[in-house]
Amino acid sequence: MKARVTVTLKSGILDPQGKAIEGALKSLGVDGVASVRQGKVFDIEIAGSDKAKAEATLKDAADKLLANTVIENYAIEVKG
Amino acid sequence: MKSAILVFPGINRERDMARALKLASGQEAAMVWHAETALPRGTDLVVVPGGFSYGDYLRCGAIAARAPVMDAVRDFAAGGGLVLGVCNGFQILCEAGLLPGVLMRNARLKFICHDVHLRVERSDTPFTRGYNAGQVIRVPVAHGEGNYEADEETLKRLEGEGRVLYRYCSAAGVVDEESNINGAAQSIAGIVSERGNVLGMMPHPENHVEDIMGCTDGRGLFAGLVAHLEKAA
Repeated sequence: MKARVTVTLKSGILDPQGKAIEGALKSLGVDGVASVRQGKVFDIEIAGSDKAKAEATLKDAADKLLANTVIENYAIEVKG
Repeated sequence: MKSAILVFPGINRERDMARALKLASGQEAAMVWHAETALPRGTDLVVVPGGFSYGDYLRCGAIAARAPVMDAVRDFAAGGGLVLGVCNGFQILCEAGLLPGVLMRNARLKFICHDVHLRVERSDTPFTRGYNAGQVIRVPVAHGEGNYEADEETLKRLEGEGRVLYRYCSAAGVVDEESNINGAAQSIAGIVSERGNVLGMMPHPENHVEDIMGCTDGRGLFAGLVAHLEKAA
């Protein structure tokens, strides 16, 4: 099964990289960008076809390693 | 003082640390590979050195923090053992949950590599007893992610419990925005755990311990640890 874990900074956490990207977009003349916050995407292949089990595995992976929950949130998506 | 220095792939300051420890204690530090599951018998001090463990992949220190040896370090710290993490070592200790908070990208986004001044906030800890409270020391930094952040409650607790041991300051000892090189919350350069036996700091005291380095301000930290352990013995 294909799955995706998206890790983003919690709101209120300063994101200097996002700010720099925002500035670069403005200087490129890309109009209408109000703000940018950057994050990470993990595309993961899960063995087997049990969706609930896959979600549990991904939650475990995100809690243990993929996200630092002090500063980051994560979202899990199992695509089947 | 029997020291154990943890070695992860990508660490590069372990030999500087070993040299500083030998200078201060007269004893060779043991190098402990990350895959080990136990620390050498009789270890007094565990050091997590600086460098770029696992290439800083995922987040600085994130992968090293999950290495097998870290369980042994966690047990050692839970028993009151002294743990010192410098630079990447500080990041690893935060990721391992041995210290609160996180080291974020430097506020001005640049890798910073030069000497900084630190104000020693108190002298009654194993990690600062070689200094006087309020003393200003000069030590180098070399990091891209040293911007210490924690939630407001944690910061309040750190301050209230006197757990900020080192703070970025000017040469005159003034803590201000200009001397806060990486944008760290409350100019924090080094903090200790609740029990006071685990220190994490971004600057490198081990690189200012010999005359040839141009400054020996870092010696006090190691001399203080040696003195602390001699007194305890």
